[in-house]
Amino acid sequence: MSEARYAVGVDLGTTHCALSYVDLASGKDDEIAQAMLRLPQLTAPGAVEELFLLPSFLYLPHPDEFAAGDLVLPWGSQPGMIVGEMARSVGAQTPIRLVSSAKSWLCHPGVDRRAAILPAAAPEDEVARLSPYDASVCYLRHLRDAWNHAHPNDDLAAQEVVVTVPASFDPAARELTAEAAKAVGFDRLVLLEEPQAALYSWIHESRGDWRNHVRVGDVILVIDVGGGTTDLSLIAVTEREGSLELTRVAVGDHILLGGDNMDLALAHVVKNKLTAEGKALDHWQVQALTHGCRHAKEVLLADGTVEAVPIVVPSRGSRLIGGSIRTELTHDEVARTLIDGFFPEVAADARPAARSRGALTRLGLPYAQDPAVTRHLAAFLGAQAGAIDDLPGFEPRRGGSFLQPTAVLFNGGVFKAGVLAERVLKVLNDWLATDGAPPVRVLAGADLDLAVARGAAYYGHVRRGGGVRIRGGTARAYYVGVESAMPAVPGLEPPIQALCLAPFGMEEGTEAGVPPQEFGLVVGEPVRFRFFGSAVRRDDPVGVLLDDWSPGELDELEEIEATLPADARMPGDVVPVRLRASVTEVGTLRLEAIPRSGSEHWKVELNVRSTAAQ
Amino acid sequence: MAESTPPASNRLSLALATCWRILSDPAFAGAVARLRSGETLPGTPAPSRLHAAAPDAALQLLGLLQQEGRFIDFLEEDVAAYSDAEVGAATRVVHEGCRKALRQHFAIEAVRSEPEGTRVTLAEGFDASAVRLTGNVVGRAPFTGSLTHRGWRVTETRLPKVAAGHDLSILAPAEVEL
Repeated sequence: MSEARYAVGVDLGTTHCALSYVDLASGKDDEIAQAMLRLPQLTAPGAVEELFLLPSFLYLPHPDEFAAGDLVLPWGSQPGMIVGEMARSVGAQTPIRLVSSAKSWLCHPGVDRRAAILPAAAPEDEVARLSPYDASVCYLRHLRDAWNHAHPNDDLAAQEVVVTVPASFDPAARELTAEAAKAVGFDRLVLLEEPQAALYSWIHESRGDWRNHVRVGDVILVIDVGGGTTDLSLIAVTEREGSLELTRVAVGDHILLGGDNMDLALAHVVKNKLTAEGKALDHWQVQALTHGCRHAKEVLLADGTVEAVPIVVPSRGSRLIGGSIRTELTHDEVARTLIDGFFPEVAADARPAARSRGALTRLGLPYAQDPAVTRHLAAFLGAQAGAIDDLPGFEPRRGGSFLQPTAVLFNGGVFKAGVLAERVLKVLNDWLATDGAPPVRVLAGADLDLAVARGAAYYGHVRRGGGVRIRGGTARAYYVGVESAMPAVPGLEPPIQALCLAPFGMEEGTEAGVPPQEFGLVVGEPVRFRFFGSAVRRDDPVGVLLDDWSPGELDELEEIEATLPADARMPGDVVPVRLRASVTEVGTLRLEAIPRSGSEHWKVELNVRSTAAQ
Repeated sequence: MAESTPPASNRLSLALATCWRILSDPAFAGAVARLRSGETLPGTPAPSRLHAAAPDAALQLLGLLQQEGRFIDFLEEDVAAYSDAEVGAATRVVHEGCRKALRQHFAIEAVRSEPEGTRVTLAEGFDASAVRLTGNVVGRAPFTGSLTHRGWRVTETRLPKVAAGHDLSILAPAEVEL
């Protein structure tokens, strides 16, 4: 394979994608040349604009909806689908044909991620649906085509590509992302967690000065609140052979809570106000209202002295003045809804409220049930209280009930509103003050929208030995469920034990030992296992069997499935196998079934396909 | 330009008629001689230094202003029937949207960076298309006067690329909800 000329960072976001690149030949560490790729995309029928952000929206048009020549991109047309800005704007008016938040569906354990289920609201038989996996492929293909169009001599397949994933992505979602990237030809691929990418970007932007802003013993909390998700990570500053090193020690749960929820919440506040005045809004007007609220919110949050910002919901027809509805968003409403609703001042022992869902809820995304980002943060720091206990160079905890960060890096468009970042800081510092710890420092200077893509590209450079690297390995330990042998009792499920397959912190390109326990696989038949992950059990070695665990310690993930091909065996035979875990160079978890004898091994599927989808 | 370039069949009779007139009319012969040597005939207009701006970009901009800021809706509506408050409310939609369209597709800066009202001096050879002199325009450069308007200059244009065959005359399509 020829030498890669560029390191390319792809931020495959829930609401936006971006692509950044570094010329690998351009220079040393701190003066490398980095740029963002302008992404050509349809913005209206027949109009193509080059923007830095590609909205992660996909529209499946009706054959009669647009003129044939109006959906052309610089590299040719993509029949049957529209990606980007135009998909978002057209889809707002025809939501049954719009695929949005595909990435959240990719991490939804309750659905078959390869089944054509999107758009979720599409009428049966009318709209050709896509799977969450297909949608990711479409976005990556668009990015690839944009790159290849701009760099005809440096095909993206030949470059080092870093695709970012949320730190909280489960192994199955990571694998699907890697597979989607391979499907569009990214052969030199690695995955990188988004909060790490944000920190890499900060390191790069500091041009070498970062060493003066952090010291050994620091714990950096990365708070990344994007359009659709909230992602938390803790990165410790350690020392090895006299130089600073970074170790990612913990990541948070997958929280579907972001800026879009906040805009929607504001729109509902204003909508209710209008309803009280007897003005009903239709679907289109609510869209326009949400748009207006977003603008008003930005004004109100940027300038605390503004009391209210008028909002006009334009009429849909051509009569603009006569049919418009005028209202306003007040500072008070924004403070109540956003600052106190999403970032309330809570104690460090607060935990997100879990509302029990109705039994008949329609299948949808598992949105966070508690909108309070600060409560999710408290839960994360509380669960990770012991995350740095074993790290060399760290003082033992002073009896605090939560992990005490010493520095904070904000990321995500939500924090463009400085007031919200200030509120998070205030809450965090209040917790720290209660425990007698000093307040956190803010690591400033990263671009909130583009940092992830930039950091990913810089990481491509770092991987070639060009700078400090964040270590940490897998952020979870993984377990397979084993039914304990006991006599069957009617009405009682046999208790389950958890066998550790992969310890916490496995580095890329390493293999875990093989635990001695054997499982019987029936040749030719798929066998499923229950599968668990833990973000807090750091010391379990491979092969340890857990009989019980406290709630929240182990999370059940999607079942995994092993199928033994019936090649040289009789179908129906039972073959004893052991399970082995490894982490690939790409950064995905791999499980294999190994029989007692011979050198064969079979892959254990993390993404179990439902039989209906096959 | 059909009348100035006659077809081949007409040109034969033209040649024959002209041939006879050159022999019989000395003044005409002189004019033809001058024409042959490359001189333009008196009365023939010099190639025009004005050209019509291509309508595409203008239509595209109108479409963008309508799409983002309901610009055409606003201008086409009869404002006389409404109160200032109603017109003002609608203006917010137009202002916010058109401003967004403008900022997205053009980089605009002031021609003169000084605050309006300050005294400025224009050296000899200043760009007369970028700075306009008004009032007591006499004498020679350098001119000193008060800046009444800072002017605007587009430094970058980023209009969307248009698909071949796309009908730009549709500023906003009619919408039919099913």
